[in-house]
Amino acid sequence: MAGQIPLVDYLVLDDGEPHLIAQECTNCGARFFDRRNACAGCFATDFKTVRVATEGTVRTFTIVTFAAPGIPTPFVASVVDCDGTQVRANLINVEPNPEHVRDGMKVQLATYPIGSDSEGTEAIGFGFEPSK
Amino acid sequence: MSASDEIWILGIRMTKFGKHPDLDTVDLAAEAATGALADAGVTMADIGVLAAGNLMAANAGIGQQLQKQIGQTGIPVYNVANACATGATALRTAIMAVKAGEVKYGLAVGVEKLSGAGLLGAGGRKKAEASEGMVWAPAGRYGAVAPVDGRIGTEAMPGVFAQIGTEYGHKYGGTSFELFAKISEKNHAHSTLNPLAAYQKRFTLEQIMSDVMIAYPNTRAMCSANCDGAAAAVVCNGETLKALSAEQRRRAVKVSASVLTTDPYEAGCQVLPNVNTLTRNAAATAYEKAGVGPSDLDLVELHDCFATAELVHYDNLMLCDEGGAADFFNSGATWRDGSTPVNVSGGLQSKGHPIAATGIANIWEICHHLRGEAGDRQIENAKVGLAHVIGLGSACGVHILEKSAA
Repeated sequence: MAGQIPLVDYLVLDDGEPHLIAQECTNCGARFFDRRNACAGCFATDFKTVRVATEGTVRTFTIVTFAAPGIPTPFVASVVDCDGTQVRANLINVEPNPEHVRDGMKVQLATYPIGSDSEGTEAIGFGFEPSK
Repeated sequence: MSASDEIWILGIRMTKFGKHPDLDTVDLAAEAATGALADAGVTMADIGVLAAGNLMAANAGIGQQLQKQIGQTGIPVYNVANACATGATALRTAIMAVKAGEVKYGLAVGVEKLSGAGLLGAGGRKKAEASEGMVWAPAGRYGAVAPVDGRIGTEAMPGVFAQIGTEYGHKYGGTSFELFAKISEKNHAHSTLNPLAAYQKRFTLEQIMSDVMIAYPNTRAMCSANCDGAAAAVVCNGETLKALSAEQRRRAVKVSASVLTTDPYEAGCQVLPNVNTLTRNAAATAYEKAGVGPSDLDLVELHDCFATAELVHYDNLMLCDEGGAADFFNSGATWRDGSTPVNVSGGLQSKGHPIAATGIANIWEICHHLRGEAGDRQIENAKVGLAHVIGLGSACGVHILEKSAA
């Protein structure tokens, strides 16, 4: 049966509500989204997987007009502060213009389908939308 | 400090920036290098080390290619690539060899052919859609099944630097689309006096704001101009300089500080590049080494790869109080008749940004003024200047230059 696959492995779709996870350094608490060799802050090598808050505040944004083929434009690129963890994401379900997007706005994690492969598996992406 | 510890720029040269369809990378590098040698009054026979930067063909060995055209003397070549700080890195490599006492004269060259290169920074612009027969398969450090640029924020330069500017505004206030456009207006106006600039066209604020939007709030006119160009410099120490002619000593420019930094880890710096801390660190170290402060600077060439970047670097280079960059700009301080002229060359937005050349070309601009040879755009009585570049990844170069006392 065709299922779903997350766009990136730090988006978790099969453990309750969709959420992001990070690799947290057990020594200094620094959080990273990628596979780690060591901590960039303290060089320690032990990490634990932690859930990242699904609500946050827009720290900064831009509205991008030109992108690779297949990426709808304009889109809003942003960094969201999720309870202290900085997350790079698009802002979605919002008009992509400076009248509707502002720094400091409250947002929440949302997912959307990106497309299906030849076996019918649907890739799921994430973004942040204005808090309801 | 003894004379042997002092570093001097003996000769320096930049080519005209712009479109050079009839010159290849080596031609441009050769023009800058032979120009710098002639300016220094030395030849390839005197040079003990060559540091050569070219980012877009970093594996092509530009240093050896250049030697084959202007002089193969068997000296060591360091081919360097360090993002937009490549030119500064080449210069610093030559400086370190001279400072170490290994060579008498060092030559640094930066060259780039970039006309028509389009948007940079997103690691290729491959199609980001599902296609026939394809199966999603996680790959890379994020286990991504499809390209993430554009789906998880932006990795393209205009958008990255736009966010850096809007973040500054969010933190300190006082910024707007119009304010950023006014910074660009200044640099385009400055470029009208620079015959080596890729563009010498003055734009009205309205023209800049109504140009094609690339990544809000940066329109096309507010982005650095891709172009071709090269720059080169010859360096030696104070002991060597002492034995040279009065004219060489008079025109030599002292390198009071040569600093290169990367970004120290801070939360979020792997999510959005933090261009602030490493610039601030480089500037603090450079001021300390040179024994000068921001108020001593007669002119500054800083890395205005986008209008939004120039604003934050006023603050990072400590030209203004922390958080005061918008007020500082609005006071007129950074126009050529202001208290701290910034980018009187026209900056990357108008002079152009042939990546590896930029980190030496900005030093050429400062030297030109310190030597009193800048013609119509001369900043009168310029004695001290600062040149700054930053490349994402990140690398930051800061050089402080002083007029010769001779």
